[in-house]
Amino acid sequence: MIVTTGNKGEKVRSDCFVTLELTDRGGREVTLTSKVGVLYGQSIIALAGTILEYFDIQHAHLQIEDTGALPFVLAARIEAAIKLLLKTDKEYLQELIPENRYKTEKEKYRFTRLYLPGNTPSLMINAGIHKPDGIILDLEDAVAPDKKHEARYMVRNALRQVDFYGAERMVRINQVPKGLDDLGFIVPHNVNLVLVPKCESADQIHQVNTRIEQIKKAHGLASHVWLMPIIESARGVIKAFEIASAAENIVSLAIGLEDYTADLGTKRTAEGTESFFARSMVVNAARAAGIQPIDSVFSDVGDMEGLKQNVLRSKALSFDGMGCIHPRQIRVIYENFAPDPDETEKAKKIVRAFEEATAKGLGVVSLGTKMIDPPVVKRALKTIDMAVNMGKISKNWREEDNEQKI
Amino acid sequence: MNKKYDKLVKNAAGRIVPTIINGREQVPFMGVGKYKPIGRKYGPPIATCADYPSDGNKLVPDLKETLIRSGLRDGMTISTHHHFRDGDLIANQIFDIAAELGVKDLVWFPSASFPCHQPIIRHLESGVINRIEGSMNGPLGKFCSEGKMKGLGVLRSHGGRYQAVQDGEVVIDIAVIAAPTADPFGDANGVNGPAACGLLGFALADSQYAHKVIVVTDNLVPFPCIPWQIHGNYVDYVVKVDKVGISEKIVSGTTQITKSPDRLLIAELTAKFCDLAGIVRDGFSFQAGAGGTALSIGIYFADILRQRKIKARFMRGGSNKYLVQMLEEGLGEFILDGQTFDLEGVRSMRDNPNHVNTSPFTSYNYHGKGNFASMVDVVILGATEVDVNFNANVVTHSDGYLLHGIGGWQNCLFSKCTILPIPLFRDRIPVIRDEVTTLCGPGELIDVIVTERGIAINPLRQDLIHKVKGSDLPLKTIEELKHEAEKICGPPSKPELDDEIVAAIKWVDGTVIDAVRKVKG
Repeated sequence: MIVTTGNKGEKVRSDCFVTLELTDRGGREVTLTSKVGVLYGQSIIALAGTILEYFDIQHAHLQIEDTGALPFVLAARIEAAIKLLLKTDKEYLQELIPENRYKTEKEKYRFTRLYLPGNTPSLMINAGIHKPDGIILDLEDAVAPDKKHEARYMVRNALRQVDFYGAERMVRINQVPKGLDDLGFIVPHNVNLVLVPKCESADQIHQVNTRIEQIKKAHGLASHVWLMPIIESARGVIKAFEIASAAENIVSLAIGLEDYTADLGTKRTAEGTESFFARSMVVNAARAAGIQPIDSVFSDVGDMEGLKQNVLRSKALSFDGMGCIHPRQIRVIYENFAPDPDETEKAKKIVRAFEEATAKGLGVVSLGTKMIDPPVVKRALKTIDMAVNMGKISKNWREEDNEQKI
Repeated sequence: MNKKYDKLVKNAAGRIVPTIINGREQVPFMGVGKYKPIGRKYGPPIATCADYPSDGNKLVPDLKETLIRSGLRDGMTISTHHHFRDGDLIANQIFDIAAELGVKDLVWFPSASFPCHQPIIRHLESGVINRIEGSMNGPLGKFCSEGKMKGLGVLRSHGGRYQAVQDGEVVIDIAVIAAPTADPFGDANGVNGPAACGLLGFALADSQYAHKVIVVTDNLVPFPCIPWQIHGNYVDYVVKVDKVGISEKIVSGTTQITKSPDRLLIAELTAKFCDLAGIVRDGFSFQAGAGGTALSIGIYFADILRQRKIKARFMRGGSNKYLVQMLEEGLGEFILDGQTFDLEGVRSMRDNPNHVNTSPFTSYNYHGKGNFASMVDVVILGATEVDVNFNANVVTHSDGYLLHGIGGWQNCLFSKCTILPIPLFRDRIPVIRDEVTTLCGPGELIDVIVTERGIAINPLRQDLIHKVKGSDLPLKTIEELKHEAEKICGPPSKPELDDEIVAAIKWVDGTVIDAVRKVKG
């Protein structure tokens, strides 16, 4: 039997197409056609030989058509092909690079998270340099059904080998229950956050967490794996709070409007009137559960003004971030979710008033003749914190403002 | 028959180069500004009006007849020009005619070649053409790299080409100038007519020094053809053809702004560097070469100029719609154009007196009393490879294949600040190497490397380092960048190249800076 994995074609770059046949004799025969053969041909053939040997394959014909694939890609393609022919629990794991050993915090900003198809390595390599808050390696909708098997190996290897330069390392698994089987490919490899798509009940979250705990126990892992359920159906909207509060490790609740509008049987519009209820439900459920509400993606990657307006609407509804499907969207989203100068100035006045009142031991905060409620102070503190963290104002804004006055 | 090359020596850059190329003595590279030419410029034979029609009508019925009248014979040097870029329809016809006439061992001396010239290969194989002295792109470069060309290829920059013709290093027997508009006397321009392509500056040296000059046009106008970029006084024959070139094909992949987010990031970092280094200021000048990344930097410059309400004194083209827009918006006072990259550039050059037609003589010729390349404040160029000493390569890939021409690249290195915005790796091929496969530009002239993962400033430019110190630019050493690329891609093996030399790279002063070796098959 001959199996194939990977991609080839005129537009395919940084990938490879592997054809594997296990044979009875003849040893391990590896043939390579490579765009980078002069520079890396020997190392590619050596890697292929090592992997075949690792899986105790003595006789095989392995053909690699390479368009400049990095080692993590070559290894994923070869292993995925082997696993189509061989039943084994062994995994060929490359080094989990030190740069990928970081953890993330529950309260981390998640303004921007960039979706990457889990079976397209060329898009993964430079994703981190665009500085999204999170990078989503997608095993669900962005992967064709017949490529799901090989995408798992690609995502696993990317989690171990690709430097995402500090972005939160996220994976969108397939819909539960199928998605439960994806977890074994990501949880042991320091994934920071799992997106649970088309989530419709707290039970689905419990199933995910049960499987995560089993995997962690088996691998002796102690770290958190955060969850971000995605609401994508009418039923999900109705159950939003139940889902948002289903577990301690849920950090945000996202909405997916393409599937939601399809479920409603209506068309998605730029104004978003048809999804106003759903988005409000998600925002309210998330806020009530003390987690971040995250908006859907904006699908026209060429329309930056449209995106900006979308972000402003999203921010007005109290979302804390949204998805991106192209790196060019990151800055627009980031800049427009960031507090604007008016918001920052107003927040500064409130925080100053709060700090003065606290210093004087007063229980009541007032700005001029106007009383300021505690939630307003809390929001102002959050705005200032955000502006500082996003580099909009200096950490020493109090001193600098005082100097300017002098 | 002359040997392809002979007598190898190590030049001042440490590269092994031949001192005899195609039977002619050469000077090995001696260092930037070290070689001082002696002698006088080349003088073509004196012509007399007695041999030319007094009514100014130099029309000849067809190209074949014109080549015969020009005395086409074995071993001659024939020049053509690339102002139609991939839309050239004339060069292939010349060599088809030569083959038909049984002529052998010609030297093709194009200002550049493009994929449309692939049919020339059959004439290289059959012996009609001995060698190409000019850029060899794509299939022609591959043919040369595999050692299949009979003579040794010689690559020169645009300015180097003018210098070679002016100095008599290359004697052109017949120059064929494809012109979108001409009159029967031979005056010609590139801004009018159905095949308008911009300027004809690349053909200037040929018109001045070639023994026979043929103007080919599909838009014959009565005398005078105004403007006359090429003067009829230099022209021997004029031929009218049905179609001289495809002007739409002057627009190629390298003349469009990149859509790649990675390359846009590099462009943005480059513009930010220029801004923080104080380069972008009122009255500054810049040149962005061909290539999507370089072109994008102009857009960022435009934003800065607009915001600050300042303007550039001149912008050096390769003109394109983006540069034209800057001129028309008042963000720059002049475009000094060396090559037109799209039809907006053609329109602007025709209609706007501040969009000026230049030639390699004024802009790039190194054997002159100065040229304006050295007056440009910042130039943005591409490269296939850079080494840890900032030496750069633009002609071969890391696998040794000759795939690009030099263009004006070497000449532009003399600007006040030379920046190479390049990806750290291309499809697993690291761009920063221990040593470039082919040396085209000495590191002392290359100031800044901008990649998506960091910016390296040449330690020779302490002034630039000082200016951006403390900024939020991702400054790294070039060794750090190299290390980062190799960490991702793995350390590359060196290409195994044959000892045989297939082409020579000339420096701007005509000395030999490097040799290209045959790729092992």
